Amino acid sequence: MFGEYSLGDLGSIFAMQGFAGLILFSVYLLMALGLAIIFGQMGVINMAHGEFMILGAYVTWLTSVFFAEHLPALFGIYFFVAMALAFCASGLLGMLVEWALIRRLYKRPLDTLLATWGLSLILQQVYRSVFGPREVGVTLPDWMMGSLPVTDIIEVQINGLFVIGLTTLITVAVFFMIFRSRFGQQIRAVVQNRQMAGAVGIDTEKVDRLTFGLGCGIAGVAGSAFTMIGSTGPTAGQLYIVDTFLIVVFGGAASLFGTIASAFSISQTQSTLEFFLSGSMAKVITLLTVVAILMVRPQGLFTLKVRR
Amino acid sequence: MADQDDARHSRLRRQLLMGMAAAPLAGLLPKVAFAQAPATSAVNTTGLAVTDTEVTVGILHSATGTMAISETGSIQAEKLAIEQINAAGGVLGRKIKYIQEDGASDWPTFAEKAKKLLVQDKVAAIMGCWTSASRKAALPVIEQYNGMLYYPTFYEGLEQSKNVIYTGQEATQQILESLNWVVREKGAKTFYFIGSDYIWPRTSNKIARKHIENFMKGTKVVGEEYFPLGHTQFNSVINKLKLTKPDVIFTDVVGGSNVAFYKQLKAAGINLEKQTLMTISVTEDEIDGIGGENIAGAYSCMKYFQSLENENNKEFVAAFKKMWGEKTVIGDVTQAAYLGPWLWKLAAEKAGSFDVDKIAAASPGIEFTKAPEGYVKVHENHHLWSKTRVGLAQKDGQFKVVYESPELIEPNPFPKGYQ
Repeated sequence: MFGEYSLGDLGSIFAMQGFAGLILFSVYLLMALGLAIIFGQMGVINMAHGEFMILGAYVTWLTSVFFAEHLPALFGIYFFVAMALAFCASGLLGMLVEWALIRRLYKRPLDTLLATWGLSLILQQVYRSVFGPREVGVTLPDWMMGSLPVTDIIEVQINGLFVIGLTTLITVAVFFMIFRSRFGQQIRAVVQNRQMAGAVGIDTEKVDRLTFGLGCGIAGVAGSAFTMIGSTGPTAGQLYIVDTFLIVVFGGAASLFGTIASAFSISQTQSTLEFFLSGSMAKVITLLTVVAILMVRPQGLFTLKVRR
Repeated sequence: MADQDDARHSRLRRQLLMGMAAAPLAGLLPKVAFAQAPATSAVNTTGLAVTDTEVTVGILHSATGTMAISETGSIQAEKLAIEQINAAGGVLGRKIKYIQEDGASDWPTFAEKAKKLLVQDKVAAIMGCWTSASRKAALPVIEQYNGMLYYPTFYEGLEQSKNVIYTGQEATQQILESLNWVVREKGAKTFYFIGSDYIWPRTSNKIARKHIENFMKGTKVVGEEYFPLGHTQFNSVINKLKLTKPDVIFTDVVGGSNVAFYKQLKAAGINLEKQTLMTISVTEDEIDGIGGENIAGAYSCMKYFQSLENENNKEFVAAFKKMWGEKTVIGDVTQAAYLGPWLWKLAAEKAGSFDVDKIAAASPGIEFTKAPEGYVKVHENHHLWSKTRVGLAQKDGQFKVVYESPELIEPNPFPKGYQ
């Protein structure tokens, strides 16, 4: 396959391919983080995760339209405002959903799957009625498009760098929040033993609501960031949901480390295979590998020892 | 006395009833319609939903679900055509009434709703279906109950039915002339195919490959890739493009993947002003989602672009925008959907009947001179003779037509040497 290319060319392509894998890793991790928090810490299977992401994407679109019309001078930085708004919008909707729906189902975890599935259908139709069935095009500031040429062949995508940076930032923030902050301590206490946590004075309902809101908010930020690389339409959330679940389940549902490891291994496998085989075959082999590993380790890559 | 009273009452009642029945129609119908309309018993011998003043047709598209993105334009175009036909006096003196059903992006639902339209509503024709999968699902039902389907989408060919008029292009019409053009104009030697993984891209690429390898000189395909529907990550294949440096990237990626593909292509520094890219899956509708700035410079082969310069099209675009809003765009399939009701009207008038068998028999040879794409004619095989065009995508989301086939191209759904 590579006979006709020079060594220099091949070197460059492998560098590019490594970078492509890194971008894919960041994208996967970003979309899975919100779900991992909700699934891992609360045991709630949130099938509407994709729709929370798309809410973030629509908020980004609205912000871009607003800036283009009213603050054209600041258009270059609208994206940061949009991400903050996306976090708030998806987070608030998440807390509302937790209050209205999820908290009634904590004792019936499988029913949350059905309820959030229904919610996802409702949200899709709401988007369709409000924003129309067609996709909307989010205009990006010029500095975010294009690439930095390093050599003739090696070019570093700016939006790729942006996603990598954003994912790192959010992952670090989530880690500090869960493992170093008082709020994180409360979350972990509730996960380990709900009754006991309540008994020592932790408001478990409030912790649940905030955790769910946090997970949805991160989904919103992910959706906002993905307007750079994907489409924004009523059903676009469905494009992400399968990969997202795959990563969370493969990583071990209760472990954030597992999510990272899983996102890394799946993205690298996928990206390398895509290069050597064709797109569909790469997907098939990746999925088969995941299934095979899950047969051996049904609990996923990493598990936390939790007293249930 | 009693008898006379009864008679008087019943006459009065009959007159009242007639008046009440006619009242809502009186405002809608020009007087001439009554005079011209042939008797219902003559134009409808098979029990279709035809009255003295009305004929019912069905509209069957996805108004909800994934495909609503694409099918909304078709619904709008069909309603516009029906309204215009009604304003011009209807078909055989009868107004068209439509019953709209939602296929909901779910193929079995298309079959079920087609059955409902044919069996329960007795519609005289169905304007509908969009994806090949939905057409394949509905076709057995439509053939069983002898319905008439007007199908708007450009598609892979390899099909022909007495009960279907295909108003979009089949694959050879759309692709071959455009390939000839790109080889002639751009001196292209090498092609790289990228498509979504289902029947239409695979069949279209097969036809394109045969043409490139067997019917042109010195040209070859250097890569062929398919991605699952909904795939959103294209960086690996973009690296392969950078390595192989094909003269032409030939794409038929659809849906949300389309948006991701062009955004990532641009982000990776592939400049479409320099790299020739030819697509058979991007119309003005798709550019709405992709963003004009992300796809400017790409070539698309279609039979219709909104920017076509002719009187028919100017009127059509103005009427469409008046009905559906200034911001709506019109893609190839939307225009093809607009042809459906008109071709059916012309066939019914030629046949002098709404009977499906007579319309199917009368359809070949029908000419529609007011088509926005120019002039079209129905072929023996129920596809349309049409021109094909190459458009250059602009930043504002419109296409500049850079090539138009000199002649109408004959539809050839079962091309020899391409299978």
